[in-house]
Amino acid sequence: MFKYLKQLTSLVAMVAVLFTFTTETFAAKKSKTLKNTQKKGFVRCGVSQGLPGFSNADAAGNWTGVDVDVCRAVAAAVLGDANKVKFTPLSAKERFTALTSGEIDILSRNTTWTLSRDADIGLTFVGVNFYDGQGFMVRKDSGITSTSQFKNGISACTNIGTTTELNMRDFFNSKGISYTPVAFEKADEVVAAYDAGRCDTYTTDKSGLAAQRTKMSNPDDHIVLPETISKEPLGPVVRQGDAVWEDIVRWSLNTMIEAEEYGITSANADSMKTSENPQIKRLVGAEGEMGAAFGLDNEWNLRIIKQVGNYGESYKRNIADTGILPDRGPNQLWTKGGILYVPPSR
Amino acid sequence: MKFKKILPQFLTLLFIVLIFGFFTMNAQENMDTRGIEFGFGFLKQEASFDIQFSLIDYDGSRSYGRAYLVGLLNTLLVSFIGIVLCTLLGAVVGVARLSPNYLIRKTASFYIEFFRNIPLLLQIFFWYFAALRALPMPEDAPQILGSSFMTIKGFYTLAPIWNNFDIFFVALIFSLIIIFFFNRFAKKKQEEEGKQYPKFLISLVIFILIPAATFLIGVDLSWSFPELKQLAKTSFTFEGGVGIPPELIALTLALTLYTATFIAENVRAGIQGVGKGQKEAAASIGLTPSQVLKLVIMPQALRIIIPPTTNQYLNLTKNSSLAAAIAYPDLVLVFAGTAMMQTGRAIEIVGITMATYLTISLAISLFMNWYNKRIAIQEK
Repeated sequence: MFKYLKQLTSLVAMVAVLFTFTTETFAAKKSKTLKNTQKKGFVRCGVSQGLPGFSNADAAGNWTGVDVDVCRAVAAAVLGDANKVKFTPLSAKERFTALTSGEIDILSRNTTWTLSRDADIGLTFVGVNFYDGQGFMVRKDSGITSTSQFKNGISACTNIGTTTELNMRDFFNSKGISYTPVAFEKADEVVAAYDAGRCDTYTTDKSGLAAQRTKMSNPDDHIVLPETISKEPLGPVVRQGDAVWEDIVRWSLNTMIEAEEYGITSANADSMKTSENPQIKRLVGAEGEMGAAFGLDNEWNLRIIKQVGNYGESYKRNIADTGILPDRGPNQLWTKGGILYVPPSR
Repeated sequence: MKFKKILPQFLTLLFIVLIFGFFTMNAQENMDTRGIEFGFGFLKQEASFDIQFSLIDYDGSRSYGRAYLVGLLNTLLVSFIGIVLCTLLGAVVGVARLSPNYLIRKTASFYIEFFRNIPLLLQIFFWYFAALRALPMPEDAPQILGSSFMTIKGFYTLAPIWNNFDIFFVALIFSLIIIFFFNRFAKKKQEEEGKQYPKFLISLVIFILIPAATFLIGVDLSWSFPELKQLAKTSFTFEGGVGIPPELIALTLALTLYTATFIAENVRAGIQGVGKGQKEAAASIGLTPSQVLKLVIMPQALRIIIPPTTNQYLNLTKNSSLAAAIAYPDLVLVFAGTAMMQTGRAIEIVGITMATYLTISLAISLFMNWYNKRIAIQEK
């Protein structure tokens, strides 16, 4: 009797070992970041320290903005609730270290996609949620209406650790203008110093200029010059090395843009399930197995649209209605004269 | 017995090595999975960003290594100016705190209690943004001290333009060497024959005459004046001369005013630490009050003042890294800021920056320890 018991226990132990082994290998196929996120119950998202329209916290600590909405979309997709996001405000200097060190899992902080960032420092850009370009702001009473009126000796306030610093040098060098860069660590100090008159011009992405202008003591005293001196495709970033998580973030963003293209909004998403168009049905989880590859259920994209809305709704709510950039410019769908064009969900 | 003594030490050491090894391995592994390579090759790459204020020749086409040097020199500059100024101010306020005059004594106490109890970062912001708001735009700036202008964009003043500066510089060093030997000679004379020379006066004459003589053999000095230049309808700046950025001025001011309070307290403690009997005894052998201070009180007080003051010098140097908040391009802003961002080499750059601050601090400590030993009581 005891002899059998011993054999039985060893058999049970073996089965148990085998079972844990198989489940482990199965789990390893799933994204490690996704697993951790689902265990924690919230998405860890790095945002700016306050850029109206993109990521900005109100007095009650509620974050809003188009960058914020990307993180909310991911939370809706993987956790089922767009509010389950922990936002970490980061300076331009801290952002990549916070991501590569694992403090956050998505960096959605008006970050420019460049070759060296994508290739060198352990990051992967997953898409573009705002097409921007660098511009200049000057005081209206200076009479400057174009960058061609800049003269030797001009001083320019900006942030450190951004592509802005590099573009600014390229721009002034190509025009042969000598300039004084005054680079601060935080955007608030840049604005305060420029507003006080320390610099003749303030340069950053045009969306940033438009947003920061609203923070000036007298917004109407300043104008943004028409020239754009660089390409700044801004988008969310993830750590290199977790392909599934990368795909989840990429397709959460794509879903928002494609939903707008097919006219699916947070209001009509549920009724679209009975649509005739298979493309629309795929976007609301009524056809195909669109979530399986990520380790998600089939309605992950429906939740994004219902809880966060499509890209157009997000833009209107955060950027247009707040008066920052009412004109969508290049950030319009390709079908309407813009350059927003995403691969199809199928 | 010996083994028993060594074992715990060995285990502690092993433990530390293991912990260190664990973190190194972990970092290595994480960097591998994220495709980050460790190395210092980036120091030779083109920096491609400009820096507002530099003591050496620099522009964006130079390397990250050069940018590091610019940041380092800027840190050393603000630390050096800060240390000199806070020592002077601290000494004055420290003595003032013991003044028999009620108003002077209370003013000194008020200054100390006020400035040392407000966080330094706040003080830096205050001096910077208050100064920015208070200073005039370049076109409204009144002319001060001949041809200088204090404006929101900086302090503009005369810049010397040297011809054959190297000859002048050699003469300056030469005069210092002569002064050194003269003082040794004078001291010896006094010890042997009791003869006193007007040491300070003669040293001063040597210090002025020898460098001045080089102007006869080809050294030439002219001045470049700052001139107002219009950039746009309401926007002006100064050209020519030398411009000291408001960031440097605000940072120096904040560091000096903050650190001087601690030094003043050290000075007060040092003077009070010298026994009353010493002063009375010195007076009783007929020394004048200034001789009492110079020959009896100060040598003893300095022994008490120097060690804690060394700490304050170190604090000031390390606190200068708060410069990043107000755009003064120090080591932290330029190297651990912009350069780190552009290269993504967080571990290497933070490592270099830490090693640099450690080296600066150790150098200051070494110098102060040497000085402390020199003025310590020498048993004969």
